[in-house]
Amino acid sequence: MSVWSDLPGQSAVIEQLSRAAAAERPAHAWLFTGPPGSGRSNAAKAFAAALLCEQQDPAERGCGTCHACRTVLAGSNADATLVATENVTFSIQEMRELVGKAQDKPSSGRWRVIIIEDADRMTERTTNVLLKAIEEPPPRTIWMLCTPSPADVLVTIRSRCRPVSLRIPPADDVAALLVRRDGADPELAGFAARVSQSHIGVARRLAADADARHRRDTIVRLPLRLRGVADAVTAAGELVDISNADAAAASEQRNESEREALLIALGAPEKGAMPPAIRSQLKRLEEDQKRRAKRSLSDSLDRVLIDLSTFFRDVLTVQLGTGTELVNEYLRQDLTSYAERSTPEQTLGRMDAIAQARQRLGTNVAPVLAMEAMAVSLL
Amino acid sequence: MNPPPGSRASAAKKSAATVSWRDVEPAPVVLVSGPEEYLAHRAKERVRNLLRGKQPDLEVTQLDASSYTTGGLTMLASPSLFGEAKLIEASSLAQMNDEFLADTLAYLASPADEVWLVLHHGGGTRGKKLLDAVKASGAPVVDCQPMKKDADKLDFVRQEFKTARRAIEPAAAQALVSAVGSSLPDLAAACSQLISDAESAVTEETVEKYYGGRVEATGFKVADAAISGRGAAALASLRHALATGVDPVPIVAVLAMKLRQIAKVKSAAANARDLGMAPWQFDQARRDARLWESEALARCIQVLAETDAQVKGEGRDPEYAVERAVTMIATSARR
Ligand SMILES: [Zn+2]
Repeated sequence: MSVWSDLPGQSAVIEQLSRAAAAERPAHAWLFTGPPGSGRSNAAKAFAAALLCEQQDPAERGCGTCHACRTVLAGSNADATLVATENVTFSIQEMRELVGKAQDKPSSGRWRVIIIEDADRMTERTTNVLLKAIEEPPPRTIWMLCTPSPADVLVTIRSRCRPVSLRIPPADDVAALLVRRDGADPELAGFAARVSQSHIGVARRLAADADARHRRDTIVRLPLRLRGVADAVTAAGELVDISNADAAAASEQRNESEREALLIALGAPEKGAMPPAIRSQLKRLEEDQKRRAKRSLSDSLDRVLIDLSTFFRDVLTVQLGTGTELVNEYLRQDLTSYAERSTPEQTLGRMDAIAQARQRLGTNVAPVLAMEAMAVSLL
Repeated sequence: MNPPPGSRASAAKKSAATVSWRDVEPAPVVLVSGPEEYLAHRAKERVRNLLRGKQPDLEVTQLDASSYTTGGLTMLASPSLFGEAKLIEASSLAQMNDEFLADTLAYLASPADEVWLVLHHGGGTRGKKLLDAVKASGAPVVDCQPMKKDADKLDFVRQEFKTARRAIEPAAAQALVSAVGSSLPDLAAACSQLISDAESAVTEETVEKYYGGRVEATGFKVADAAISGRGAAALASLRHALATGVDPVPIVAVLAMKLRQIAKVKSAAANARDLGMAPWQFDQARRDARLWESEALARCIQVLAETDAQVKGEGRDPEYAVERAVTMIATSARR
């Protein structure tokens, strides 16, 4: 058991990071990249734990059992800050606060570590504030930025960071992680790892939640149900509804527990009127939650389209006869007969339409309309 | 407000089974009464959907109380060959004939198993004997009164958003009621438009953009002309609108809504109820749909999605993008 054990399929990265953690003076800025779900922020957290680990022998750092390792992984270590603002973009104010914090000496560990989970969601102005901090680092501060691809951050930032690139883990490794860490049923874990295309977070959810599996199945079978333009428009509405339900399910419980935690932290009275100071804090929390809901809906719409595209990826695999395993192996019969009724060119055109919808949803296009345009292109 | 003296006893007796149209549950007999057609439509729709949710093979039949012939109800209510549950929706009770009155009174005494009867009475005194008998039987009664007060309309808007799990700011709800609150179907259609378009809480600004006096009229005018193939008229209203500073975004939204409705009514099985459209909306969309081939419709929906991106900051010339879309739509309609 060590801090590295929950990083399936990343042996090269583990090797690189454990060597750095054992070094006297590791680099002060790191850029973790890898496709969504490959475990970027988990890798950064593990690295932070190893840097702060209390083992005497540097080679033993990242033991996973000492106080520092455990508190870093649990997110309660004072010297390791994880920023997952979950806002649509980082605000410049938040970045200034963070940079201020970075000037502080570590309270008890060797380093002060700051992890920014979604550095790709920073605006250019915010990035400039961060750039200054990275250019003139306080001696004991280490920054870790996480983004899907190196191109997601400005080249000026990129050039000052040591790169760590995670790969898509093999599905078997992801399944093994789900079984070992979350106690998932082995067969379900294998299915979830394959259909999520090794996205760890999505696979965990699919393995644990029958509703999520059912939603995915509805999405993937959609092309089989399209007979005409009326079906397409109706189906587009359904996809947006599924995304809404998905996003709502994910945030509802979380919003409520955040609210309770805040009330306790502020020492709010159990009944009666809230003092104005508490009310304004609550209002701020609600605004943050609203911003997050917007992002969580767009993430969820994107996920829907990724799931849908696996259908055509499989159709193409069948049409080209490459013989590789299908993502949706359980639908092989339907996929084969669909493949026989269309050409590879058509399949590529449909995949392009899905890619275009993903791109449009990333801008501000009305979700229903973007989905409709995509769905009629599948006819 | 104090109730007038003497009314308390009867109010209490009546309220024993009075339920809101939002909460009505299926029962062997349900009475939907009152002049607000739209609420009656929603109440009936709710009962139907709840039943369908439980019994997908539900058989739904319509019964017109004004042209009823004796024995009709018994026949409809008799068990079917395959034992499906049945929903009988009787309408025009305000014009019911004596045969309907007699048969329904008799039916009340012993409703059939697995049969759900919904009676819709639009108001007035005709058939009062039947209405009293239904109320006395303890059957749920949905009272559909017109919403006169703004407070009720505001509450309606809030509930619509709450049911859809969306948020609308209080000032926005107020603005929406003042803009389109004069007609309940319009208010409901506006709510569903905002609910389907909005990604976050609806603000006053959004409402202003969609339904601020000028825009509402113009957006619909442009869209109506375009989808009926009147290109010159569509372009003229569009240019006038743009010249007077109307935002192209809601115009694209209205065009998209119209094409969406046309696409949906193209399905042979389509009906106003399932599509959540008011009957007049449905009829209009059916008429519009005659001008539209499926391929043309698909192409225009694709163009409109691109136009939406253009008017929302992806393009350099949003006004040209809308003009192009309107022209394309107008020339795609078959005249
Ligand atoms: Zn340790």
